[in-house]
Amino acid sequence: MLVSSALITGLGLGSMYGLLALGFHVTYAVSSTVNFAQGGTMMLGAVLCFSLWVTLGWPLPLAVLLALLACAAWGVIVERVAVRPFVRRGSNSWLMATVALGIVLENAVLFTFGKDPRGMPPGFLTTQSVTIAGLKIQLLQILIPLVGLSFAFALHLFFQRTRHGKALLAVVQNTLAARLMGIDVERVATLSFALSGLLAGVAGIMVAPLFTISSTMGTLFGIKAFAVAILGGISSAWGVVIAGLIYGLAEALITALLGSIYTQIVTFGLVILSLALMPNGLFGRAEVRKV
Amino acid sequence: MLNERSKWRALSVGGALALTLALGLAVHPAAAQETIKIGHVAALSGASAQSGEAITRGLVIAIDEINAKGGLLGGRKLELIQRDDESNPPKGVVAARELVSKEKVVAMFGGIDTPVALATVPVVNKEKVPYMAVWAAGTGITRNGADPNYVFRVSAVDVLVDVKLLDYAAKKFSSKKPGLMLINNPWGASNEQGLVAADKDNNAVEIAGIEKFENNDVDMTPQLTRLKEKGADSIILVVNTPPGAQMMKSRERMGWKVPVVSHWGISGGRFPELAGPTAGDAHFVQTYSYFGKLNPTGERVLAALKKKYPAIKGPEDVFAPVGTANAYDAMHLLGLAIAQAGSTDGDKIREALEGLNAKFAGLIKTYDKPFSKTNHDALGAADYIMVRYDGDKIVPTQ
Repeated sequence: MLVSSALITGLGLGSMYGLLALGFHVTYAVSSTVNFAQGGTMMLGAVLCFSLWVTLGWPLPLAVLLALLACAAWGVIVERVAVRPFVRRGSNSWLMATVALGIVLENAVLFTFGKDPRGMPPGFLTTQSVTIAGLKIQLLQILIPLVGLSFAFALHLFFQRTRHGKALLAVVQNTLAARLMGIDVERVATLSFALSGLLAGVAGIMVAPLFTISSTMGTLFGIKAFAVAILGGISSAWGVVIAGLIYGLAEALITALLGSIYTQIVTFGLVILSLALMPNGLFGRAEVRKV
Repeated sequence: MLNERSKWRALSVGGALALTLALGLAVHPAAAQETIKIGHVAALSGASAQSGEAITRGLVIAIDEINAKGGLLGGRKLELIQRDDESNPPKGVVAARELVSKEKVVAMFGGIDTPVALATVPVVNKEKVPYMAVWAAGTGITRNGADPNYVFRVSAVDVLVDVKLLDYAAKKFSSKKPGLMLINNPWGASNEQGLVAADKDNNAVEIAGIEKFENNDVDMTPQLTRLKEKGADSIILVVNTPPGAQMMKSRERMGWKVPVVSHWGISGGRFPELAGPTAGDAHFVQTYSYFGKLNPTGERVLAALKKKYPAIKGPEDVFAPVGTANAYDAMHLLGLAIAQAGSTDGDKIREALEGLNAKFAGLIKTYDKPFSKTNHDALGAADYIMVRYDGDKIVPTQ
């Protein structure tokens, strides 16, 4: 009973880490940059969905759609403001710039959304549940891993099987050649950040009913998601999602068996250990640079 | 090299300094009209922000009453100076030090967080500034071993609350084996000690197990499952609102309808909203309720709250009620002590509090010699009431 409920929780949280990590993968695969403050975008999705649905009283589908669009737009803003100016100069400062922008976002939300953590009202997905082997599982907890895996599958197909996807991968391998072939490199980078924002928004909205919603809800999530992305090998879509599931399950099992005091120590310790043994991540490949 | 540009620069800097000095001297108020500064360090933002606001309201209403009667010490008005500790002990200590050394506050009030209060105790004892705890219930705050001790409290005391919680679980729910769910911080530790000690003296119950969890945890199913397997027939809960809400949600997911008897941490935020439909299953302790028949002070304070904060239309709109009630009574007791001391000297105020001559008809009770040299807690187990959430209202259970 202890282990089975831990598995359910772990799968749910793990798919959310995986979704955020997919965001890292998408932007890295296309432009070798990431939005370090993915957690902030995730929080933005949850906060906007709550504000539009509960505070303003708009219908839920509209609130979800607008929140996701806003997250995609925020991704574009991050790329334009915190990534592009530095990449153009060949500098790595986009790392710090995205972190800084994340802090700005967090504080802006703190001022407008307020300092009280809020809770999503109970809905059909949280009140309805199925009982498997004596364990009550909310519909939401089944939906979350399904959504995560679907996105991973879709992205994998896009990058590996479609012409456009392969073109996007070409951009980071040889930017000049890609440009010469008529690929708009800047637009590709912007789109990848928009997609990354969208993924974070989906994660935020799906996970919000399980947590409390506040301006700081995304920070730790984002850090863990980055660890997951590195663990899985940031160049592989399937890799990051599976790494997310592994990480989520490990976290839940350690909490169940040892108590939550040891969770962070042990899970991050495992991440360090696996990176020491497999530096490119579990599923990644070493980057080959032709000179 | 003294060329034209650096000469001008030197002149302008010197001029600015002189101007600032002159303005500073001119604006400095004459000593007779100087306000009496009362400091307040509490969680004004973050998860416990509501508690900080509730305490502020109690202090403000009391200060308004004192100022309306002409202030203290020959017409000096009271002024409230606040700092946000963000529920973070180092920030609380920095804020307390700043209030003492820069703002020169005469006395200080605290907030909801026991860890912050415990960290502030050595500072105020060293600086000889009286400190009134008005929510944080950690036993070691007032019972800190210092002599002279400048820390006083109008609030619940963990060691006494713990006796009450076990007693209530046994009497109300016929519980024989309570399980403890405690937050992993100094406040949780203080209550663990208190509950284990109370368990020894209470023959009706035997603690089934003790489980701990972190503030950021979202799922307490493992801890609850372990307690269930040990045969726990009630849960004694010591936690603040967000993890408390997650615990109630975990309990709901498990479908385990075990009674929950809680310390008052869950009354510091939007517990019914965060915990969902099972929020009313948690019975918790309070020092005061604005519901039912109020004493004359209660009527007066509720009317003042309605006037000053128009969103309050009735008792159900007074959020985090113990903060307001404790702070109101504490501020008035401090006012009486300052008047009795006849000065703003920390030692004199402390001695006045320890031997308060005037009786004060407060919200929670009528105070007659509330403190002594050995007892710095104004409230005892007889002053506690048990309540639960009914929708958004807090209603008494007994």
